Amino acid sequence: MSSEAVAPVIQRGSWALTARRLLRDPASIAALGFIVIVVAFAILAPAFEAWTGHSAIAQYRDTGMSAMGLPAAPNREFVFGTDHLGRDVLVRLAFGARVSLLVGVLAALCASVVGVTVGMTAGYFGGRVDSVLSRMMDLVMSVPFLLCALALVSVFGPSLQLSIGVIVFFSWTTMGRVIRGQVISLRRQEFVEAGRSLGAGPLSIMFVDILPNLSVPIIVYTTMMIPGSIVFEATLSFLGMGIVPPAPSWGGMLADAANNSLYLVAWWLVFIPGTALLLTTLAFNIFGDSLRDALDPKGRPRPRAKRKGVQR
Amino acid sequence: MTVLEARNLTVDIPTEDGTIHAVRDVSFTVDAGELFGIAGESGSGKSVLTQAILGLLPTATIAGEVLLEGRDLLALTQHELQSIRGSRIGMIFQDPMSSLHPYYSIGSQITEMIQVHERAERQAARRRVVDLLARVGIADADQRFDDFPHQFSGGMRQRVMIAMALVLNPPLVIADEPTTALDVTVQAQIIALLDEMRRERGTTVLMITHDLGLLSSIADHLMVMYAGRRMEIGPSGPLFSAPSHPYTAGLLASSPANYEAGAELVPIPGRPPSLLETPQGCAFAPRCLSAMAVCTQQAPPLRVYSDGIETLCWLESAPPDRAATAAEAVVPKVDTSSDIVVKAEGVRLAFGGGGLFNRNYRLEVLKGIDLELRTGETLGLVGESGCGKSTLARVIAGLIPMTGGRITLMGHDLSEVDPRTWQTLRKQVQLVFQNPYGALNPRRRIGAIIGDPYRIHAIASGKARKAEVQRLMELVGLNPEHYNRFPSEFSGGQRQRIGIARALALNPALIIYDEPVSALDVSIQAQILNLMRSLQRELRLTYLFISHDLAVVRHVCNRIAVLQAGQIVEMGEAEAIYSSPQHPYTRALLSASVVSPPRHGVSGRQLLHSIEADAA
Repeated sequence: MSSEAVAPVIQRGSWALTARRLLRDPASIAALGFIVIVVAFAILAPAFEAWTGHSAIAQYRDTGMSAMGLPAAPNREFVFGTDHLGRDVLVRLAFGARVSLLVGVLAALCASVVGVTVGMTAGYFGGRVDSVLSRMMDLVMSVPFLLCALALVSVFGPSLQLSIGVIVFFSWTTMGRVIRGQVISLRRQEFVEAGRSLGAGPLSIMFVDILPNLSVPIIVYTTMMIPGSIVFEATLSFLGMGIVPPAPSWGGMLADAANNSLYLVAWWLVFIPGTALLLTTLAFNIFGDSLRDALDPKGRPRPRAKRKGVQR
Repeated sequence: MTVLEARNLTVDIPTEDGTIHAVRDVSFTVDAGELFGIAGESGSGKSVLTQAILGLLPTATIAGEVLLEGRDLLALTQHELQSIRGSRIGMIFQDPMSSLHPYYSIGSQITEMIQVHERAERQAARRRVVDLLARVGIADADQRFDDFPHQFSGGMRQRVMIAMALVLNPPLVIADEPTTALDVTVQAQIIALLDEMRRERGTTVLMITHDLGLLSSIADHLMVMYAGRRMEIGPSGPLFSAPSHPYTAGLLASSPANYEAGAELVPIPGRPPSLLETPQGCAFAPRCLSAMAVCTQQAPPLRVYSDGIETLCWLESAPPDRAATAAEAVVPKVDTSSDIVVKAEGVRLAFGGGGLFNRNYRLEVLKGIDLELRTGETLGLVGESGCGKSTLARVIAGLIPMTGGRITLMGHDLSEVDPRTWQTLRKQVQLVFQNPYGALNPRRRIGAIIGDPYRIHAIASGKARKAEVQRLMELVGLNPEHYNRFPSEFSGGQRQRIGIARALALNPALIIYDEPVSALDVSIQAQILNLMRSLQRELRLTYLFISHDLAVVRHVCNRIAVLQAGQIVEMGEAEAIYSSPQHPYTRALLSASVVSPPRHGVSGRQLLHSIEADAA
């Protein structure tokens, strides 16, 4: 073709466009901002420890508790108050954030790897392979997770690795189903047939042709799985099946507050870890949602503008 | 009497890349009872124009005036527009598959139209619909009233759409590419029906199409649009016999139907401009074969001619007819003694038989196909959708295993080769697909896409592969510097070039083209057809060319095979088939492909006056 004049209009790349769409949405900026703050909070946990001079597991019975043995309300020394053993809630919250984020991100990543692998295999090969793998996903979905988790913990004893394992086992199926559906429709596209006609094998087609086209659902669903995993971990810790005390975790802190109805006299023991949990999951959910809208703007309803009047 | 009049209509659509100037300063009048055609390639703004008229573009900024029977449509509220749509303006869409609701019977969908706009008794409404359905050619209309869209064929569905558009007797019917999704033989019937209905009922029809030839036989007046502008408008007779705008002339010259078989086409070079920017001079100037210095600097004046033609162009008379002066290229004679590349004997393919519930269900797609192809020749495979032509291509390419018969590829029987031989034979047959948008992986760079054959067969890597890919890009007329771009950055025609480059990579003995140009605009189509021919001449390639368009097939092929319902009904030399078809189906196909308009040249046309761009 003849040489074409370069258009003065800027053709933006897809990532630049996505970033622009994200930044135009105030909810996603707020969510992203909060996520950054939580991550910083978790990373800086030792700094908080040094700054307050309080260890996460040390009990400050003299300064952090009243003569009656009740926890101290938020004050100058203990910004977020202390818990029933006189431990600093602020420092525990910071170390708890590490656990939440670590479990949340790690479990979501592992679950998406498993989900993508199984979903892609089922979707690409179809037939018997698909039937077996799909029934397997149905089976996993129909197992009552708390019962199963209880049984596992009583056999192996609570640990971080076990919580991650349990969370991954119960959360990969959503990703698997989404990917399977996507691959089934992608498999019929002409570029896959073009790959086959060039002599490409199934592995080459799956990884070179299909996988790059799955990047949007993978990114979005992994982001959306993080808050689920965080809540999952908090649930396990709340039931005493996750992180081993005295190591702090948000679910464990909530459990401590619930014991002996301590929250009746010390509201901050529920309010602070509860709010942290709520805002973190909310932020990841909102961010995941707006990420989907930004990456795939077709699914979003367009704003309706009024027809402009006659102008000459 | 004027039914529809648009004055200085301008439509701007805001997008993330900037404002798209989809329609710029377009005026036209449609008289009662006439068929007014709007022609233009994709992106010319013709569909946006009608959507703006109907108020279907909520986000767009629309300026100007659109008068329907004297009322300004642009000044109406959404509610008032709603009562006009359907009752005063009927609409026929391109795709009858998706514009009918799959969940409701066709009768209830049409009756709903009546009930939305009028107070009508159910039985009376039903009678009206049944009468109309019978009128548009639905047999047993009373019984079929309660059938669902999937029980109708594409052509029948389009008849239902026509009935739906006409049921309230609107003074104006807008048909947006009404036949594009249909087979050629059905296409002719639908056009005839549309023409008949408008003469019978006095309905005015506004027909939008990319196919200029289609309008030549039925349109009274015609408007040609390019880049959102009205390039040429006038009565259809003089417009077709002597187009006054180089773009109209170029469109006609791009159609293979206007040439002797085998002649080099004169395409419109380049590709359509972006609608985001406003060029200084004429929008068509960069692609115009008659461009002068002034064209790129100043907006063209409106030339008004004595025979009713109005043109936006600096030329003061019609441009030369380039199709008539095209270089006569001879059809390369195929040496009948050259090697046979592919030989198919009694190839059969049947699906089904393994169903869970009805094991006897069996669908025969190919019913014993015999053909052979020799080195350097092009065999055309023609037929309507569903006749098995694409399936045959995939069987020959080894993508679908056949259920009977024998295919011999370069002396190897395909059913007997071992996997290793097959891997090398694999390289000898390459496919070029119909849809240039679907056949390229949207997430990979074109350097990687064209280099795929080298990667898969582990032939060249690193620098060597890049050099090979750039050589191929040069060969098919792409800029090798665009190596790192994604497919979405290319136009349809360029993507088809990428597809051809990928097919050429392994020096195949046979290239199968599956409808390579049917998704492209005519001007681009001509460029691709020329490229295919020049590649064949240079590299002595063998082509199997699949198409539904007889004019295109005749232009590029030495021999033609006509396929109907899985069988070859006629096969022979291209010219022989074209001049004396033997089989009735071939004759039906030939008569259905729209006849090219007569071209006489200018007859007593005089320039009356010109309106400078600023004043217009």
